[in-house]
Amino acid sequence: MYDFTYLRPRSVDEAVAALRDGFDARPLAGGMTLLPTMKARLSSPGTLVDLSGIAALKGIEVADDRIEVGAMTRHADVAGDDRVRRTIPALSELAGSIGDRQVRNRGTMGGALSNADPSADYPAAALALDARLTTSTRTVGVEDFFLGTFTTCLEEDELLCRIGFRIPRAAAYVKVCNPSSGYAMTGVFIARFDAGYRVAVTGAASRYFRHTALEAALDAGADAAAALKIDPPQQEYLSDLHAPGQYRRNLVRVVGARAVERLHATQAETPHPNDAD
Amino acid sequence: MGQHSLTFRINGHDRQARVASNTLLVDLLRRDFGLTGTHVGCDTTQCGCCTVHVDGEAVKSCTMLAVQAAGREITTIEGLSGPDGPLHPVQEAMRARHGLQCGFCTPGIVMLLADFLARHPAADEKAIREALDGNLCRCTGYQHIVDAALAVLQPSDRGGADV
Repeated sequence: MYDFTYLRPRSVDEAVAALRDGFDARPLAGGMTLLPTMKARLSSPGTLVDLSGIAALKGIEVADDRIEVGAMTRHADVAGDDRVRRTIPALSELAGSIGDRQVRNRGTMGGALSNADPSADYPAAALALDARLTTSTRTVGVEDFFLGTFTTCLEEDELLCRIGFRIPRAAAYVKVCNPSSGYAMTGVFIARFDAGYRVAVTGAASRYFRHTALEAALDAGADAAAALKIDPPQQEYLSDLHAPGQYRRNLVRVVGARAVERLHATQAETPHPNDAD
Repeated sequence: MGQHSLTFRINGHDRQARVASNTLLVDLLRRDFGLTGTHVGCDTTQCGCCTVHVDGEAVKSCTMLAVQAAGREITTIEGLSGPDGPLHPVQEAMRARHGLQCGFCTPGIVMLLADFLARHPAADEKAIREALDGNLCRCTGYQHIVDAALAVLQPSDRGGADV
């Protein structure tokens, strides 16, 4: 790892100033991707702005119809939070399935979303749960946040601060992992809202996408067997040494059907904040 | 470029060191403080041999900067039990249930299990296997490690931890 200047600001304003003024500065969240990348000398920022000292970026709140998660909240904290488990159990399970236990004790939701790895898990939840992302300067909808592979709308001196997930009636996340890296080769997140279903896919293609044909089928009452027959949309499916694009495209079908099955199995169990107890 | 004079709380003692920004926690422990029980197997966040506790939680010390550990409570395998024992229950169960062969991965596995089992006293075999996801062992096939973990939780009917 090349040398760098290390800064640990105490507030978002200080961090933004450090990112703006520091030589070749990058924010450091949990470091589960950035530090290995720096160790391999694939990345060599001149300044690292460690966000771990900013208390305002941590924590989880349930507000009206949303769960708001601070960007520096770790995967372990999301997975272990009772309110998340009660209101969006699929999000809790997703957080508990990222990497391994030690990684979940360091990695953060904001780091994962800002990194925008096409195989990351959280983006599928963000897209299906109609997330609202609050940065140091603005609030954007999830469809405007991700621009492509490892690319978001964040400016170099802009920090993701908070992620608000809309609480669904029910949700399910299923993925098929690369057996070595653990990253999703394909992950499908399904959420059912009063207004209809939202289905988001990660891992399969160069960008996360909504599977609108499956959404429409579910709105019309499709079960898992019917979901299995729905053609995945045209996308730039990823091909690599692990699997060709055709394989991943088919995984969208298979994993999607499994997610439908899980959703129907868990559907009745999820309370909604607008329901009387 | 970045040099920092810092105090680290390691195994219950305050220790001073001057570290570069790019020093990893595992290198601080091994090189500056001679705590070589924390191993480096892969150096790529996969094998778990470098697992230590930071504020009581298992993390991979090859993927954390030393500067990030300043002021926090670090526990390594050397600090898990006193120099003359008794062994930590996880260590004792690993010994009794033959949870190790070459021993290279063992410090990381013990540190992971010490954290996990303390937080999940009702864990079953499936949960234990999932918890071990980030720790590779190339000798045992994991069965005796899982047996040891179960023995920690159920010492009487497993005949492990209190032998």
